[in-house]
Amino acid sequence: MFTLMRRTRTAPVIVKLCAAILLIFAFLSVGGNWVVPMNPHSQDLTQSISLPSRENLLGTDSLGRDILSRVIEGTSSAVSGPLIIAVGSFFIGNILGLISGYYGGRIDNLIMRWVDLMWSIPNLLVLILVAGTTGAGYWVSVFLLLFLSTPFDTRVVRGAALEQVSRPYVEATKTIGLSDFRIMLKHVWPNVAPIAVANAFLVFAAALVSLSGLSFLGLGAPPGTPNWGLMVAENQGLLLANPAATLVPAALIALLALAMTSVGDWIDDALRGEGNKS
Amino acid sequence: MQITWFLARRFSAMIAVMFLVSVGIFSLIHLSPGNPIDILLGPVPRTPETVATLNERYHLDEPLYIQYWIWLTNALQGDFGTSIRTSLPVSQEIADRLPTTLALGIYAFIITVVGGATLGVLAGLRQGTNIDRVAVITAVAGMSIPSFVVGVLFLYLFAIVMPWFPTSGSGQGFIGSLWHLTLPSLSLALICGAYITRHVRAAYGRILGEDYLVFARARGVPSMRIFVTYLTKNAMIPIVTISGIVLSMLITGAVLIEVTFSISGIGQLLVQSARYQDIPMLQAVALFMATMVMLINLTTDLLYSFIDPRIRLGDGS
Repeated sequence: MFTLMRRTRTAPVIVKLCAAILLIFAFLSVGGNWVVPMNPHSQDLTQSISLPSRENLLGTDSLGRDILSRVIEGTSSAVSGPLIIAVGSFFIGNILGLISGYYGGRIDNLIMRWVDLMWSIPNLLVLILVAGTTGAGYWVSVFLLLFLSTPFDTRVVRGAALEQVSRPYVEATKTIGLSDFRIMLKHVWPNVAPIAVANAFLVFAAALVSLSGLSFLGLGAPPGTPNWGLMVAENQGLLLANPAATLVPAALIALLALAMTSVGDWIDDALRGEGNKS
Repeated sequence: MQITWFLARRFSAMIAVMFLVSVGIFSLIHLSPGNPIDILLGPVPRTPETVATLNERYHLDEPLYIQYWIWLTNALQGDFGTSIRTSLPVSQEIADRLPTTLALGIYAFIITVVGGATLGVLAGLRQGTNIDRVAVITAVAGMSIPSFVVGVLFLYLFAIVMPWFPTSGSGQGFIGSLWHLTLPSLSLALICGAYITRHVRAAYGRILGEDYLVFARARGVPSMRIFVTYLTKNAMIPIVTISGIVLSMLITGAVLIEVTFSISGIGQLLVQSARYQDIPMLQAVALFMATMVMLINLTTDLLYSFIDPRIRLGDGS
């Protein structure tokens, strides 16, 4: 972690910019309700499908709802699902990855086979299938995607743990008779954690893309909720009348995913480079 | 001998996975809430006759493994039952829509590979230059932005602001189809090409630093020969591996892109059936797509074992 703080000062401008963007999104997802200029759900059919104006900075949709307010309100739904997925699969992936990398052998083989199998499954197809057959709601999809994302974390953590296990300090801890559990948690994990954190950023971005895709297809967030993916689909017909209604939520999905990936990539680069030198 | 063994093992692994996938897809009808008969009836009124017809078709009173067996044998003969949404045979609907999706996939794959590889090679050979920076930025953007966002943006820029291309549909005739499929293919290719660019760039960059390449240069091997024999041959392995992943991504991406551009292909069919809970149709499309992904993975595996003998002769794990 100290390495990371030291490196922050020398980070490229673009990464700092992305980190600032992430902070803004984080603020909007918590405090969006205080900043919205209008009620995101109130309809005004006399003001339907209007271009951006001083009253409605991004115009309105076909029901006369203010686009800017809906976009701001949608931040929390855009952030919450991927956040749960990133954090959840971080925990499961770290546990499985540590066990796999530390013990090796048969259990490693078993876990890696499972990872390979899950790896070849296209996530979005599974989500569409389950949503389509069971009529399951948005949160079922979130937890399903959490499960589908764990192999990604598991593989990365296992690789990093494998690299640590052969180092002298692990042998030393074994020699003084520490328990496997303690070695894994207190000695190996701290050296693996930063890479896993970087990976969580990438998982977040991937989950955001999948979930907003699902909502775009009409199989995610319920109709009427201010969700970016859903807004892109609902307002696509208005592309001529009020382009902002579609393009702004679309751009926000892209911006959030890009910022997450850039920051994640940078943390990964910064830490991996450092690790190799020591 | 070793090749036969290798082929047999890869093939049996694929069959095993296909079995698991088909069991999963079969059980969808029993996993969905409600009575399977009600689901399969859809809007058709529930009378003893209609229930009896369904029972005869699906054998819903038999044990599950017998139901599975009957379903599988029918499916293997191309019989997936009738769609609840359109009350047409499922296989016919798929066959009607397949050509459009195939055209989209092939078109996009060509753009992806040609565009992505060219950019990757140029960037890999000249790392640190402007073209390299462009390639890296495109690759990062393409990898993190969802395909439907790119689709909507292209739709706005090239069909509305500059009305060069149609906004939706599949078009008539060869030229018409090509015309209609250009924007969707470009959107797909931008997303999938990013992976190719990134991997090709990395592969060329890595090989450029190898001793044998430096030595070949020192010996005075012509640069064209270095490029083809020393560089490209070695860079092929990661490229073929990533092509398989890209093809699988194209299948998933096509679902989103077909909906964005209202193209009546397999992907749109999947989404329509999912919205309508049209389970026989969903099962058929899912099984079809899963088979495609498996076949692509198998082909990639075989292809790179032919390109690189080390993989074939190694322990293969």
